[in-house]
Amino acid sequence: MTVVAVIVTVLLVAAGGLTLVRIIRGPSILDRAVATDVLLAVAVAAIATEAAYSRDATALPVLVVLALVGFVGSVSVARFASRRGPK
Amino acid sequence: MTPDEILDTVAGICLVAGALLCVAAGIALVRFPDVLSRMHAAAKPQVLGLLLVLLGCALRLRTGVDITTLVLVGLFQLATAPVAAHMVGRTAYPHDDIRRDLLITDELAGHIDRIRADRAGEPEETSPVRTA
Repeated sequence: MTVVAVIVTVLLVAAGGLTLVRIIRGPSILDRAVATDVLLAVAVAAIATEAAYSRDATALPVLVVLALVGFVGSVSVARFASRRGPK
Repeated sequence: MTPDEILDTVAGICLVAGALLCVAAGIALVRFPDVLSRMHAAAKPQVLGLLLVLLGCALRLRTGVDITTLVLVGLFQLATAPVAAHMVGRTAYPHDDIRRDLLITDELAGHIDRIRADRAGEPEETSPVRTA
């Protein structure tokens, strides 16, 4: 299981880094909102992998909260961006 | 192999597959040309990747309460991910960011003309607010 944990950690760090590149480069705020959603999914995957690796269910309520409220950020950014109108 | 070892092996395969989908989405986010195709790539870790990781986690924890919690996480994610994708896609559409030359079909275009025609009768200062 340690081998799996190392592989998954490397993969998730790579995914998070690539996602951060898109968050920094933009170009529009919607790109950043989509990339932030992916970063959240990577974080959820990391927390779930940690729970699976240590056989410890302490972090599972955090996953429930993240899955429930994760979409609020994208939705509010989309509303905010739509009020600006077409560029 | 004992049943425990088999379950742990399957759990490890699921976890690695979910992480691979996350990496695929990261690569696609950097390389794809516009908002709509990046949204397409972003849905992979949000739905399939997350379900694989949760399945791996459930196979590893193997208790009733934990599996119920993980099923709830999956259900909430399946219910909320389309909402966010719909809002972002609908907001991205009238902007110039999307590559219309890459679209195979555009089912919204016919409706947009009707919406613009409706909006033409409204006062000018309120019309940008109604974009969504």
